[in-house]
Amino acid sequence: MNILLLLLIIPLLSITGVLVTPRGKFTKWIALAGSILQLIAAIGITINYVNLRKAGDTAQMLFQSSYDWFTPLNIAFSLGVDGISLLMILLTAVVVVAGILVSWKIEKQVKEFFFLIILLSLSAYGFFMTTNLFVLFFFLELAVVPKYLLIGMWGSGKKEYSAMKLALMLMFGSALVFLGISGLYYMAGKYGGNYTWNILMLSQINLPVQIQEVLYVLLFVGFGVFTAMFPFHTWAPDGHSSAPTAASMFLAGISMKLGGYGILRVATYLLPAGAQQLSWIFIILASIAIMYGAFATLMQKDLKYMNAYSSVSHCGFVILGIAMVTKVAFTGAVMQMVSHGIMTALFFASIGMIYDRAHTRQANELGGILKQIPFIGTAFIISGLCSLGLPGFSGFVSEMTIFIGSWERTGLFYRIATIIACASIVVTAVYILRAIGFAIWGSIKTKEFLLLKDASWSERGAAILLIAGIIIIGIAPFLVTNLIDADTSAIYSRFLSVSNL
Amino acid sequence: MDIALLFRFEIIVAILIFALIAGALFDFGMKAKPFVFTMNILLFVTFLIGFLPIPEGYYFSEFFRSSGLIVLQKNIINLGVLLISLTSYNWLIKSDERLEFYVLMLCSVLGVYLMLSSGNVLMLYLGIEMSSIPIAAMSNLNLRERRSSEAGTKLILSSSFSTGIMLFGISLLYGAVGDLSFTHVLANINPDSLTIFAFVLIISGFAFKMSIVPFHLWTADVYEGSPVPVSNFLSVISKGSVVFIFLTVLYTLFGKLQEEWLYAITILSILSMTIGNLFALRQMNAKRFLAFSSIAQVGFVLVGMAGASDVSVTSVVYFILIYMLSNIAAFGVIGAVNDKTGSESLNKFKGLYKSNPFLALMMAIALFSLAGVPPVAGFFAKLFLLAAGFKSGIYVLLAFAGVNLVLSLYNYLRVVKYMFIDETNEPLEKIQPATTLKIALYACLIGLIVFSFAGPFFNYIHSLSI
Repeated sequence: MNILLLLLIIPLLSITGVLVTPRGKFTKWIALAGSILQLIAAIGITINYVNLRKAGDTAQMLFQSSYDWFTPLNIAFSLGVDGISLLMILLTAVVVVAGILVSWKIEKQVKEFFFLIILLSLSAYGFFMTTNLFVLFFFLELAVVPKYLLIGMWGSGKKEYSAMKLALMLMFGSALVFLGISGLYYMAGKYGGNYTWNILMLSQINLPVQIQEVLYVLLFVGFGVFTAMFPFHTWAPDGHSSAPTAASMFLAGISMKLGGYGILRVATYLLPAGAQQLSWIFIILASIAIMYGAFATLMQKDLKYMNAYSSVSHCGFVILGIAMVTKVAFTGAVMQMVSHGIMTALFFASIGMIYDRAHTRQANELGGILKQIPFIGTAFIISGLCSLGLPGFSGFVSEMTIFIGSWERTGLFYRIATIIACASIVVTAVYILRAIGFAIWGSIKTKEFLLLKDASWSERGAAILLIAGIIIIGIAPFLVTNLIDADTSAIYSRFLSVSNL
Repeated sequence: MDIALLFRFEIIVAILIFALIAGALFDFGMKAKPFVFTMNILLFVTFLIGFLPIPEGYYFSEFFRSSGLIVLQKNIINLGVLLISLTSYNWLIKSDERLEFYVLMLCSVLGVYLMLSSGNVLMLYLGIEMSSIPIAAMSNLNLRERRSSEAGTKLILSSSFSTGIMLFGISLLYGAVGDLSFTHVLANINPDSLTIFAFVLIISGFAFKMSIVPFHLWTADVYEGSPVPVSNFLSVISKGSVVFIFLTVLYTLFGKLQEEWLYAITILSILSMTIGNLFALRQMNAKRFLAFSSIAQVGFVLVGMAGASDVSVTSVVYFILIYMLSNIAAFGVIGAVNDKTGSESLNKFKGLYKSNPFLALMMAIALFSLAGVPPVAGFFAKLFLLAAGFKSGIYVLLAFAGVNLVLSLYNYLRVVKYMFIDETNEPLEKIQPATTLKIALYACLIGLIVFSFAGPFFNYIHSLSI
């Protein structure tokens, strides 16, 4: 049995456990146990992968296996991971553990909540480990309804509106993705000889440039909706802010990376000629997202909205990296996906913890948090500093890599885009320091805040796990880059062969 | 023995009909519950007989055709009839017209069988007529309600008119080709103006039965006025069987006219999907809502048909099966809520999850399947149709299909929102669903999950259709 299947079986067992046990008591423990097992499994698979690579296995993807599903349409449940997928799976495992720990105090409909969270994590694992485009889409869609229900049932603020907007916009993105992958399937048959959904087989086929351009735009925009690419980002601020804490962590931390991974693996890797011709469109959109996201964040007073727009801005870096089409930029984009995933999860977790205690998320109503609840305040500060790219944390490494990778493209257009992206750091610094200054430092504004209790064991656990991730990547980024080096080269090599044609 | 196997469905159903009529005439007078129970058992036996081996071929100078695919289609219809009978338990017990319901339904089903296994256009027409006339009487079975009579009248008038038009088309086709058996038509048809005109008229007749825009105007009112089991039957059996035979009409009868009918089907599909979804946005009556949703679903089926790829037939058959399971489950829940409260308004669904979690979950799963959301089988059904439709190369059609995926999701999520998220001041009491309803709902649930992951079933359908 393929060990990758563990990452699907453990969540399924957790779901069964959650559904079967009587209400309340054991649900949370089962969910937590399941997620910790998934983390252990993910780390185990990574270690196994690294050893296999050291032993000299140079296949593009390891742990491959395939189970026939619907043969007339060549749909097979085929699995396979490379460094990039593994990194995303690790990210998912870490964020899910943290999310479950942070939701320890949920009172309302506990079973349903953890059921939906585990279902979301299942969909993310499946998405990252499959090499068949139809199955990829299956897992992408699987997440839509859990997100809708999580925001609608446990959210706050205008939750029904946000949930519906999120569901419809993501479905719109999915429809574009499906049209794109069906196009790939049929064009592969027409020009390549066999109809296939398999990513590895599709990467061997060179489609005519015009077809590649159309499919590239369809797929980039479709997956871009998931990454909150401008101008399809409007679901993100309302969606992230109305969602309950664990759902926000998952949405911003993992779900937006589904889009980024899709753009890299499907739109760019499989359609290099289209990417070469048309990536400039997305460089423009990414630069706008970075700048606009940063300035929009400046205007926000609600901490969660602030973080949501900041996510739009940071995911703009991911899109910029992928659209710049250089090896270093790809590496930077993958690192930024991981780094931002952990950082934003930490950010949302801290905001959630503050909100649970102070019942407000408005930055100007909070103040002096650091004195009363130092642990949570520190977690907030760390996530903020990582967001603005302080060296020592993962944000610095990933953003630097993207800038260096983007600077490799000579040409006025690319240079301007890179400069705009770099300049946004200043704006980021402004809003982060302002938020910290208002909310965390300073004097206490409201008397009740004197009675706030600091983080409980579960919340501490979640925060420490995420902070560890940020610091490890920040201080030892070579761990990450060694893992994905061969894979970004593989993706970039398609562009070398295309330009040689 | 061969003849018995060949005609097994028709023989059993005919015997049942005569037995029921005899029972009525001679007043055997069974009480309600044993009667319904016996009928359910008999319908289940009919369904099981469908799995026996199949002789293939043409009989009765090509008026009767048998093949693996046809038997599968008939058995799908049997499954649908069985599930409808199971979910309608409460209505049947309370109604005085039980016997009439079963007789009429079985007559309609017999017509469906003849239609599905027709090898000659005349037999096809006979089957369609035989299947649609009893339904008009069935629509009227809530004898004390005015809107039920209105539904019955609307249905019979518009149904007769449309089959009249279809008959006109058939007569023109006869004039163009010379003989009406499928093999003869297939060999001798050519796209001259008489044939195309005949085609337009025949398509109009079929479009009425399938509720395709702009022939759909009867759908909402008839579904709203009829009793819930009859709406169930209309939306699933009547529609599904006509879709099955429409596949034969498009690909076998008029296969050579593909260039001509491709754009017609495209336009019909775009109109049906869009108008069905847009009109469903505003509906607050559960049955009207499902009526418009079924219009949109059939529009989606036409996308798959337009593709005419080798998976088209497979995808359509698979889709109708999944659609059937989802719709029967949805109508079952609506029926249960209606039996308890007497209301079909979607407002009654508000907060359903808190008061009746089982019913709310079943309804949600049925709606997710209709919307095309994983992990239920509706996802695969809808997307296979879309993938099959890709081969047509008409990108406008695919774009509209994509937009309609979003629109339909909104419609179904709206109901899910009522059930799970909205709160109400007048919560529903706990509804104790009848045992048979529970069995049927579980069967639909299991079917929807199993058919997702059981690839072999899809492969089996594919092997039959080639």
